This record gives sequence, C-alpha cells and structure tokens, in this order.
Amino acid sequence: MSTQVFHHALYIVEHACKGCTHCMKRCPTQAIRIAKGKARIDNDLCIECGQCMAVCPNDAIAIEQDSLSQLEAFTTRVAIVPAVFFAQFDDSVKLGQIITALYALGFTHLYLAETGVDILTVLEAKDQSSSLPLISNFCPSVQRLIQVRFPLLVGNLSTLRSPAQVTAMFVRSELKAIADGLGVFYFSPCAAKIAQFKTEGSEEHRLFDGIINFDTAYNLVCAYLAKHKGEVQEGNRAFSFPVCTRKALRWSLVKGQSSSHSGRCLAVDEMHNVIEFLEILEDEQDTNLQFLELDACAEGCVGGILTVRNRFLATERLRHWSSTVPKQLDQNLCERILRHASAFYKNLNLEPVAPLAVLGLDTDHAKALQKLRKAERILKALPGIDCGLCGSPSCKVLAEDIAKSQASIRQCVVLKLKSEKDLNSLARIWGERSTAADGLKDDQA
Amino acid sequence: MHQEYLVPAQDFSVAGVASSNLKRLLKQLNIPPQTIKRIIVAVFEAEVNVIAHSYGGRILCDFEEDAIQVQVIDTGPGIPDLDLAMTEGWSTATEEVRELGYGAGMGLPNIQKSCDKLSIYTKEGDHTHLTMLFNLKEEV
Repeated sequence: MSTQVFHHALYIVEHACKGCTHCMKRCPTQAIRIAKGKARIDNDLCIECGQCMAVCPNDAIAIEQDSLSQLEAFTTRVAIVPAVFFAQFDDSVKLGQIITALYALGFTHLYLAETGVDILTVLEAKDQSSSLPLISNFCPSVQRLIQVRFPLLVGNLSTLRSPAQVTAMFVRSELKAIADGLGVFYFSPCAAKIAQFKTEGSEEHRLFDGIINFDTAYNLVCAYLAKHKGEVQEGNRAFSFPVCTRKALRWSLVKGQSSSHSGRCLAVDEMHNVIEFLEILEDEQDTNLQFLELDACAEGCVGGILTVRNRFLATERLRHWSSTVPKQLDQNLCERILRHASAFYKNLNLEPVAPLAVLGLDTDHAKALQKLRKAERILKALPGIDCGLCGSPSCKVLAEDIAKSQASIRQCVVLKLKSEKDLNSLARIWGERSTAADGLKDDQA
Repeated sequence: MHQEYLVPAQDFSVAGVASSNLKRLLKQLNIPPQTIKRIIVAVFEAEVNVIAHSYGGRILCDFEEDAIQVQVIDTGPGIPDLDLAMTEGWSTATEEVRELGYGAGMGLPNIQKSCDKLSIYTKEGDHTHLTMLFNLKEEV
C-alpha cells in the first residue's frame, strides 16, 4: 500500500477569513479549528469535500487553480472532459459550439471522460474487491471519508479504475505514436479530484499532465463564444472518440453507476446523508445490498463545488443529451477499443486503499486511553453548549484537543464569563498552554 | 476507563445504539479495525439478546491497556439450559421477534467465536451475566 503524502487543493484565503465558524461547524470530519481569528484546516482529517467552501459567507476558502498556459509546454494537448461540464451551459449554447470553443482554446484532442465507462464495459472489467456490499470509489471524497471515519468499511471499497483514468490510458495508447509532447488534461468539477491528481505518486498524477477547474474552463468557453458571436457553427468539430453510450453519459448522475450492477443497489448523495448511511452500514451485520453508489455532493458531480449551473438544470440537460445517444457502441468503435486494450486490460484495478487511523487520540492505544480519560474529565468542566467561540466545533472536540495538548481550557469563553478565578484553577489542572487569543495579545504588545 | 450503556427490554428500535457508541470510542482509542469489528459483532449480539429475551439490562465496558472487558448484565429471567443456548440455530425467540429479523439462534455462538474469553453466569429465574474479554495485543 502506498505512503503518498496527500495533497490538499482547498486552502484558506487569510485576508478574507473572519474566523466566523461557519466552515468549522459544517466540516463532516471536524478538521477545522479557528486560531488567531482565522480558520485552519487539519490536513490529516480533511477529505476535500468542499462543504466549507460552499458554506463560507466571505469567499475565504478557495481551490488551487492552474492557468491554461500550462498547455504551452505540450504540442499534442488532450482534454478529458466529464459530460457534466457540457451541462453547465444552458440550451442556447449548443454542444457543437462548446466543442469548437474547447478546440479553439488550444486542445488538439477532446475525449469525454465517460468514454472510460464504455471501455470498461467492452473489456468486461471485473472488480477485484469482493466484500459485499461493494462501495463505489468514483467519488474520491467518499473514499477518503471512509478511510478517515469508517475504517471498518475500507475493504468494501471498489478497486476498479475510474472512467477518467481508463480514458487516459486509452488515449495514451491511441496517441503513443505522437507521444513526444503529449499532454493529457482533466477537467475537474470538485476539489477532491484535483487533490487526487496533485498527490504525488497517485495514479491520476501519473496519467494526467494537468488539471483545469470547471469554473475556469467555463469562463474561457463563454469568453470565446462571446467574442466570436455568430461565427461559431455547430457540427464543425466533434469528440475524438465520436460517441458515448447512454449508460456512460449518465454515469456521474445519481444512480448512474447502478445500471452496471446486478443485484440490489442503493445510491446516496450529499455528505450528511452519506455519513448517516455509512454509520448504519458499519453496524449492520447483514445487508442484502450488492452495490452502493455514494456521492459527496448533492445530485452527484453536477453538484460539485466548481460547477456553475444549478444542479437540477444540469442534470436535466445531461439526461436529455443522453436520450439522444445510442444504447450500444457500434462494432467499429468496439474494435477501436479492443485494438488498444492489450496496453492496459490487465491493469484495470488499483491497489486497495488502507484505513488512515487519524481518529485516535494517540497512535499508541495505552496513551490514547489516558487521553480519552482526561478528555472525559475535561468535558465535565465545559459548559456543553457547543457555541464554537473557543475555535473548536464542539465542547467534546475542545476537550479532546486539550487532552492532546493542542488547546487550552482558557479558550472557553463561557467559563471565562462565569468566573475568571475558577478558570485559572482549571487551567492549572489541565495545563497552561498559551492560546491563539493570548498569542494575538502578545503580537499587539 | 469505564463506560456504561443501558439496554431497554423489547425496544428493537434502539438495537445497535450501544454497540455503535462503543464503536466510536474504540476508534478514538486507535484500536485496529479488525479488532473493532470483532468487539462490535459480539456486543451487538449481546445487546440484541438483552432486548429480545430479558427484562432489560446494562453493558459495562472496562478499557485496559492490553484488553477490553465487556460485561452484559440483564435483570432476568435467566437461561434454563445454557448448553442448548450455545448450540448454533437453537432459539427461544418468539415469532414476533423472528419477524423483525432476529432470533436465528446464532447470538451466543457468535459471541463465543468473536471474543477471546467468555464466561457466563445464568440460572433460570435469576439474571444472566456475560463477561467477554478481548485481547488487544498480538493482533496484526
């Protein structure tokens, strides 16, 4: 199993952050604390779901962004674009116009990420994970959530490569004759996929040369179409792999993957639903479910944090588009896939992922036990109203942070209001660590 | 460290709540996932037993450095024939309980399999007291 250092794409924009606690309260893995008036993200716990960014009232949480100038380093520039991208535009912008604009922006080849679904179907790819119910690994944020919060379910995660990865492998095989200067780019609707790509040693890092955020690409396409109003005709250019089946095109929608699985399937979307469901699943002794599709974002990838359009309208356009494509690939296209299959058909599964063991209060469980005891005693002294003013999401988390020597009881504002004297004696018992607020005073002094 | 959970009689809607809370605690103690699974399987079975067969009871957990002891103590009516109850597939569960998906006669046998040491005190007309021990060392 790998020991990659996970790269995080979400970051705090310091000058905009007011330390307002919205993100801290929303974070599903309690990865955020407020210190010195600014939000801080704990990289071990963060699963890149983007909930913090969605809830931030001050635009103080952002996602790393690479510019389109990265294309200049390559002579053959391939874009692998999820179908959801095309659903970001309303019906007045035709599919052909978007395609034309993408070519005009500098891409030489254009593939739908969902082509990978058809490739996997043609190659009759089998998942190597055998624990039931099988949990889809399509959403990287859900995969990381399971690694962080549900270690008992890690063995149920699918190991099959994502369609985008498979498409990239196919493209690299198809274009290997012009491998010099070949750059493969992925368009991402969310932070989690960017983080996956930027993690050195990851498969995405190996297969893709660069990543372009949905919103960036959307703006560039709109700008191009505005500048060339009326000139851009539909039908001049097409995808490099001309069609994609109905099943593939619906892949990223809720229940899109279920069509590929026999037996009883369930699809759950949006982070709090997913967590509620995983809690039950982890306890459940027996379930009759064969396959679970879990999406961190509401309505699946159309709800991605970098998407522009209303998720329901985007879903509708994608569904409408999918009703116009064939149910099956024709013989020519199947053969085109099979011609290149030898390059990667043995390599369609990934290594299983491991639990991350970051919930423990200490890596040594004897020490963890001591800290848990300590946290329990501290919690009894705290007010229990979870106001968040201390910079921790709840009294319980503050108690645990104090037990881990990462916070001080002096941070509790409610105790301070009650009796400064009592707080002093409590601080003597639990340690006199300087707090973020104290630090701020020092700076000013 | 000591932790207690109350288990009410005949309230199947809360089956799994105690074991689920215990699971959360075990994760914080950095216990390996396979061990957590073992403990939760046993405690869940015992919890359902208390709900289905007894007048209610308590689950008492004691955490030590190298072992976790879980005691499940109910308030009666006791098991008339323990050997029979330890037999796979044998159950006294009522039709009502079976309709809820419990009562397959695997409770005590599963508990036995999941823990490192099990001792049971029971007597018809008296209470039942299970003591389960889970070792934390030697696990990979």
